[in-house]
Amino acid sequence: MSRLETLQLTPVPPVARRQRRWRSVSTLKAAVFSVVLVGLSIVFVYPFIWAVSASLKPQAEVFDNRLIPKHWALHNYADVFHIPDAPMLTWIWNSVWISTLGALAVTFSSAMIAFGFAYFRFPGRNLLFGVLLSTMMLPQEVTMIPTYLIWKNIGVINHGGQYPLWVPNLFGSAFYIFLQRQFFLGIPRDYFEAARMDGDNYWTMFWRIAVPLAKPALIVTFIFELQAKWFDLMTPLIYLRDTALLTLPLGLKTILDSFGTSGGGQGDWQLIVAATVIAVLPMLAIFAVFQRYFLEGISTQGRKG
Amino acid sequence: MATVATTSPALGSRERVRRWASGFKERETWVAYGFIFPWFIGFSVFIAGPMIASLVLSFTDYSVIQKTNWVGTQNYRDLIHDTHVATAMKNTLVFTLLSVPLHMIVALCLALILLRIGRAAGFFRTVFYLPSMTPPVAVAILYLLLFNGSTGIVNRVLGWFGISGPFWITDPLWVKPGLALMSSWALGGTMVIYLAALRGVPQQLYEAAAMDGASAWRRFRDVTLPMISPALLFTFIIQTIYGLTEFTRVYTAFFGAGTKTNQTEAALLYAVYLFRQSFEFFHFGYASALAWLLFVVIMIITFVQMRVSKRYVFYQGDQR
Repeated sequence: MSRLETLQLTPVPPVARRQRRWRSVSTLKAAVFSVVLVGLSIVFVYPFIWAVSASLKPQAEVFDNRLIPKHWALHNYADVFHIPDAPMLTWIWNSVWISTLGALAVTFSSAMIAFGFAYFRFPGRNLLFGVLLSTMMLPQEVTMIPTYLIWKNIGVINHGGQYPLWVPNLFGSAFYIFLQRQFFLGIPRDYFEAARMDGDNYWTMFWRIAVPLAKPALIVTFIFELQAKWFDLMTPLIYLRDTALLTLPLGLKTILDSFGTSGGGQGDWQLIVAATVIAVLPMLAIFAVFQRYFLEGISTQGRKG
Repeated sequence: MATVATTSPALGSRERVRRWASGFKERETWVAYGFIFPWFIGFSVFIAGPMIASLVLSFTDYSVIQKTNWVGTQNYRDLIHDTHVATAMKNTLVFTLLSVPLHMIVALCLALILLRIGRAAGFFRTVFYLPSMTPPVAVAILYLLLFNGSTGIVNRVLGWFGISGPFWITDPLWVKPGLALMSSWALGGTMVIYLAALRGVPQQLYEAAAMDGASAWRRFRDVTLPMISPALLFTFIIQTIYGLTEFTRVYTAFFGAGTKTNQTEAALLYAVYLFRQSFEFFHFGYASALAWLLFVVIMIITFVQMRVSKRYVFYQGDQR
């Protein structure tokens, strides 16, 4: 298996190989094809458009399914920050710092561990790495109760800490370790030998040679974890009780429960939708900036099968 | 892949062990263990320890509040007779059986389309990927709104074609198909994996097949599918596990503060029931047994998938 290949991160080339055949297809076929393509695109993008549009409508018109609101209600976005018992700004901030800190922590801890497995030859390595890989299969459900009890016994839960959301990231994560190890294995060993000659010790070699060269893999790890933390509902649901400590997904769920009709609320759907749009936008922005890392990282995931 | 040490097969086992152990005299070995030390902590505190603890708990009636007793296999016997377990398991299997094939087929179709459209592929790939960047809680909220039986756009569109759409969210029969449709919206990851696999299929194979007069369908069935079968298997296994452990979107849409138990019977997925037993009713002992049942079910299903797929999955020589 050649290693560097797995994460080259050259700009993803446009899919151009089949163009010749494309030209030979009849016009009718091409027309049908275009219609299908546009139709599918609408199906995938429409919910976003619907949400943005609905978030700008007054309560009574949320469900009118108009693309352009009949009456504009821009104040929904101001109102959503003034819901009693729903400090949106705090929730956003909580999500931002927990996601960032957690992602940074898991990136560097995984890099260290991955380097240990990639560079060194030591007794027990293959066995340990096998164990590590097998932990990827373990569903969170199996460990969540004892993990909760650990945090509870430390006293974190009653003191309202958000530690359970990011501290585990300090110890690496199997998938990221796997991904980064692949990358480290692709770095020619000569680089390290040369660094050793220059008087580098193992740590500086890791820090000065391996980490800069593995930057693409580190970025993939960082954005994947950022996304995972931004998405996570279950962990906050288990650990966070105090309204001020919630992260955005749980905050959103709280708003849904208190304003949606099923929770006995008034059906202020315009606020719920505005909050939803606020939760969605940052991830779309991250994707816009880091798109090729996302795509390349995911392709790598597929190749490990 | 490099192995630890290239010991010649002639060495006796005792000699091998001696050589293996002598590795611990090397300074490098200890440096390496230093690098992987964080993983040891993480593994023992957050994985191995909890796994064992969970297994032990599953034989007790631990519930935080009351005194804990050793109950032997009582939890496991209880869950056989718990009608909610049967319902949840059935719901979960139905949901998985609906969502996984839908997810895979649509993702494959999209990847095939992207492969054919040349320059515009980049743009449309982004379009199809965006739903995967949407937080699951947000997806669930959009589901509640768009699939609403009387006011939702889904039924409005169906109405254009003269179909009166079902009450997706309140009709027990339509809850799981609706959820499956919703979960197939976020298929960007799978699509990208397929696209990468499709690009890896050597062009000569198609040319050779075309030369032999194979139709487009035959080329797809006999060239494309076998060549991307490792990617198909990988996503099949992963998506099945996701399906069996689906929690966030279903919990957001149907449970929480507004839970009305009788209405949500149809949406009660296994992971949701497990979560409620754990952190809403605090039946930690019983929930641990539920968790282990889920784990065993997942392992069995994964094992069967791998076993059966051996006959169909084709690995190129240089990959394995």
